[in-house]
Amino acid sequence: LTSYLSLQISRPWGTCQAAWRCSSSRAAPDVASDHAAASSFPPLQTYSEEESMMREAVKKYAQERIAPFVSKMDENSEMDEEVIKSLFEQGLMGIEIDPEYGGTGSTFFSSILVIEELAKVDPSVAVLCDIQNTLINTLFVQLGTPAQKEQYLSRLSTDMVGSFCLSEAESGSDAFALKTRAEKHKDYYIINGSKMWISNAEHAGVFLVMANVDPSAGYRGITCFIVDRDTEGLEICKKENKLGLRASSTCPLNFDNVKVPEKNILGKVGHGYKYAIGMLNEGRIGIAAQMVGLAQGCFDHTVPYTRQRVQFGKRIFDFQGMQHQIAHVATQIEAARLLTYNAARLKEAGRPFIKEACMAKYFTSEVATLTTSKCIEWMGGVGFTKDYPIEKYYRDCKIGTIYEGTTNVQLSTMAKFIDKEYDY
Amino acid sequence: MHSNRYCNRIIVLPFSVLLEIRVKPDNSGVVTDGVKHSMNPFCEIAVEEAVKLKEKKLIKEVVAVSCGPQQSQETIRTALAMGADRGIHVEVAGKDYETLGPLQVSKIMAALAKKEDAQLIILGKQAIDDDCNQTGQMTAALLDWPQGTFASEVSLDGDKVKVVREIDGGLETIKISTPAVLTADLRLNTPRYATLPNIMKAKKKKIANVKPADLGVDLTSRLEVLKVEEPPQRQAGVKVETVEDLVGKLKETGRI
Repeated sequence: LTSYLSLQISRPWGTCQAAWRCSSSRAAPDVASDHAAASSFPPLQTYSEEESMMREAVKKYAQERIAPFVSKMDENSEMDEEVIKSLFEQGLMGIEIDPEYGGTGSTFFSSILVIEELAKVDPSVAVLCDIQNTLINTLFVQLGTPAQKEQYLSRLSTDMVGSFCLSEAESGSDAFALKTRAEKHKDYYIINGSKMWISNAEHAGVFLVMANVDPSAGYRGITCFIVDRDTEGLEICKKENKLGLRASSTCPLNFDNVKVPEKNILGKVGHGYKYAIGMLNEGRIGIAAQMVGLAQGCFDHTVPYTRQRVQFGKRIFDFQGMQHQIAHVATQIEAARLLTYNAARLKEAGRPFIKEACMAKYFTSEVATLTTSKCIEWMGGVGFTKDYPIEKYYRDCKIGTIYEGTTNVQLSTMAKFIDKEYDY
Repeated sequence: MHSNRYCNRIIVLPFSVLLEIRVKPDNSGVVTDGVKHSMNPFCEIAVEEAVKLKEKKLIKEVVAVSCGPQQSQETIRTALAMGADRGIHVEVAGKDYETLGPLQVSKIMAALAKKEDAQLIILGKQAIDDDCNQTGQMTAALLDWPQGTFASEVSLDGDKVKVVREIDGGLETIKISTPAVLTADLRLNTPRYATLPNIMKAKKKKIANVKPADLGVDLTSRLEVLKVEEPPQRQAGVKVETVEDLVGKLKETGRI
């Protein structure tokens, strides 16, 4: 804090901002970097010193500790244990968790930057980090009783992966039609049913399971249960053999008379649907960050090739047709990034952000699809081979338009907001 | 007299270097505006070594010092995130920064070492932009302290330091008394990443601001850079079929 105060002395105009920054360590939305001039509306790509340092640290870490494993993890459809361990060691799995519980004590925007940087190297690793931070940790932090926080937060920030279990074979977009039941007995519940498409399941130590305690109440019976991995009756089935994001385990789960004590309910009975929607609104921004990173990472691998490859006596980058396509894609990625950053800053500012989050997720996943497809074309034949990393990005991007709310769901949600905006 | 006195304070001097080198159009130097800086790799190794010594509880405090403009604070913060306890930013900006060389930096370091009562100064052996490899040695000379340069292994033994140095002929092991100056070579250690929690903790660590004048250091340069040029462009080679052709070509271009 002393250094910020000394900045105050040398730059009086910054007094308000510097003092404000001193008083709250949680980054406020328009925190200016040290170099921003007297403007109090800095560009979206303005980061606090802490955010810049984190991004640099993660960039370096990802290049050195994740990049070497990416290809193998994709081929074997398996996340390397060392990679998961190093994610915890770097403090990347508890970004917003309080240091009291072993977390990093940073902000939502920092999580977004981290996810973006990880996704540039491996979108599968990014999604593991995203789910942990934006879904699991947030649910515990916001809804956990002191006892639950005590039991789980320090594990989530140091060595335990979590999974969020909502979807079922018969209920994806129609999430509230879920059929997994939780029957109340005295001071415990018996859960029966199955879940599908559960990410991180292979390595998760804890599962947040949405089950219905009262089907007659419809979605108002949905309740969130904390289920430990070793609970009897919980079966983690064989993971899916996927097109992309292969290193991220996606498994069906079976619940066969799984007994869960009442104290393992997260939040209130029958409020699960609210929590799910709330979390997914935020998680959406995380996925947007993943898609931006994916697109950028793919782009960054491709442009150098176009600058080297010579045909007809010049670099293929120098052909006007190529330049126009490349510039177009670069613009889309920039727009996607700004949508994502703005949605994140809006959320941090406590302002309405749902429409913007939907826009970010929808747009970035489309941009990722466009970018990766174009990149393969620009690479020519080699883009089509597994010797180059481009085809992996192409396969990985497709899930972006599908999970955590399909594109159609995002568009419908946006339309509802737009409709309301014109009510007078 | 001191016997078995443990080292109390280490000063490390992380420098930032440009990530991209382009010669200015007027050949007066290298473009620095808007170019990204990052901590000199050898300095990272120096900071890592200091932090490791502190973790082994052989020293009490690591102070990171950097000389330069505002951006140098980032380098100090990175050192703090790696485990240094506090930082000192010696403000050198503008023209002074352009002419700042090893001699000026070593004068600053010598003054600070006395002021801070340091027992050890650890620097990177050289900066990868100018490759001078002088600051460590000059600092030791100014302070009249022993030096262990090109260190690939450092161990503290009471008030002596055992240093294994990488030299042209192989490895040389020396024992020097503290206070001393060490410069880090590539194989000394593998620098840690700043973990996110440590970056957060670094925010609370203090960085003091100091001017060279406060330390009584005169920054006037004794050198004047006349010209900076890029190395000549690599010419395309020529393929030959036979040894006779090769010899012929070499004679033709005046190589033999």
